[in-house]
Amino acid sequence: MNEAILKHDERAILALRALYRQYGYSSFKMSKFEEYDLYVQNKDFLVSDRVIAFNDTDGRFLALKPDVTLSIIKNTVDEADCVQKVCYNENVYRVSGSTHQFKEIMQTGLECIGAVDLCDCAEVLYLAGKSLATISDEFTLNISNMGIISAILDSACTDELFKKEIIRLIAEKNSHEAIALCKKYSICNDDASKIVALTTLYGGTELLGKVEELCCGNGEAQEAYTRLSELCASLAETDLADKIRIDFSVVNDMNYYNGIVFKGFVSGIFEDILSGGEYDTLMRRMGRTSKAIGFALYLDLLEALDKSRSEYDVDVLLLYAESNSLKQVMAKREELVLSGKSVSAQRAIPKRLRYKELVDIRGEADLK
Amino acid sequence: MINIALPKGRLGERVYAMFERAGYECPSIKESNRKLIFENAEKGVRYFWVKPSDVSIYVERGAADIGVAGKDILLEYAPEVYELLDLNIGKCRMAVAGKKDFYDDNQKTLKVATKFVNIAKSYYASKCRDIDIIKLNGSIEIAPILGLSDVIVDIVETGTTLKENDLDVVETIVPISARLIANKASYKFKTEEIEKIVEKMKAQVKFDD
Repeated sequence: MNEAILKHDERAILALRALYRQYGYSSFKMSKFEEYDLYVQNKDFLVSDRVIAFNDTDGRFLALKPDVTLSIIKNTVDEADCVQKVCYNENVYRVSGSTHQFKEIMQTGLECIGAVDLCDCAEVLYLAGKSLATISDEFTLNISNMGIISAILDSACTDELFKKEIIRLIAEKNSHEAIALCKKYSICNDDASKIVALTTLYGGTELLGKVEELCCGNGEAQEAYTRLSELCASLAETDLADKIRIDFSVVNDMNYYNGIVFKGFVSGIFEDILSGGEYDTLMRRMGRTSKAIGFALYLDLLEALDKSRSEYDVDVLLLYAESNSLKQVMAKREELVLSGKSVSAQRAIPKRLRYKELVDIRGEADLK
Repeated sequence: MINIALPKGRLGERVYAMFERAGYECPSIKESNRKLIFENAEKGVRYFWVKPSDVSIYVERGAADIGVAGKDILLEYAPEVYELLDLNIGKCRMAVAGKKDFYDDNQKTLKVATKFVNIAKSYYASKCRDIDIIKLNGSIEIAPILGLSDVIVDIVETGTTLKENDLDVVETIVPISARLIANKASYKFKTEEIEKIVEKMKAQVKFDD
């Protein structure tokens, strides 16, 4: 197949499917529709809480899928020792943040559900990085551990409103307001400086030492740090080493995500194109005992990378008349196609068609 | 090259003066013409003037790497950007104002006229107060005078306009000032340049005592 004719997202789908298959992830095909109730019960988990809902012919209230993860969780079973590894490529329907209108979003990704261990987490992070590498050489995989943030905040203050506000400020890298909020809640200097550090720390794995200092003396934070550093160490030994960033501004909803969270950025795309993390808390909320980690890649954003705009729609505009015989038109068209050119056969010149060469056979009409 | 979106107007000029003092001058910006984009290749900066309420859109969508926007705009539109520095200029406050004899007896729905619908909604939601939002685009102050609303939620700088229209500040919602914001993806790929600008701009900020 000539891959040059494929668009960026089409090439990515093929490459990613092959990558996930190589690592033992089986394709998960699901229906376009899902019971509406599933989303109502977990609406905070969704990027947007609006869904397109309708009544099916049997009266059931359904929704066009705004998310894939919830459907996958619903369709897997808890297994004590095994891990189910699935990948998908689906269209989802949700309100776009920028246009505030419903949009069809092509999403691909994978989920690892079951007795997930450190090895599975490292694999998912590695595949997230490799997924970004299939799209561009210029990318970063930004990793955080929600466990570190929640442990530091828990020891500083028990007020839920404070925690919610500080998490928003960490996500904004907003150190000036974080300082003010710590003052307002009379947080001690030591805890306040740790919280402010979470808003500013950003960089490669060389920052792990500083992160360790932040976690010092806090058992839960230290445990979360160990997990983060072990995962970073495993990635440092791969070809992704220079792409890894420690970034606490990657924060996901604590009601669903509990540990490692990550986002991927590709140069030329103005927002994160990949998002994922460990979502054991969501599993508990859905009555499941298994652990889980996964990520999604938003392929519709790849359009921004398709900068090359071809000068012409076709190589040749083949102009024929009614007086030309069918045999003559087909023979000429095949001659051009076989010479490697793209051809549009028309009886008149279309106003919007950009062609490189005009082949006019109207005067060569043979007698019918 | 770092693309910087500046808010058109007096605030923008003060912001540019800070960039200039920080070592990111671009002399052509001072020439009087209708150009909107100015570049200093040597310093690695390109400035452009945009409507103040549009700065966050340019930054969020990556057309600008960084920009300066009022906290009022950031609160109202909640763009997905990093807020890296409070420039401590363009200071004012978002406030509730009403007629001098206004008294909120909590017995009926409060009619609130404002340009800042989201700020007003979340403020009254935090107080569990039932309100009827009336979205206006300008001359907000006349709404309570003509009985269109009980109060307004608007930016108050000196309070002169309120006084001239016989209105008083009822309560302050949040202090406002200009903030240096950055596009999230740009920050990942131009970290060093952006951090350098932030550090140099920080040195230009005059902090209150």
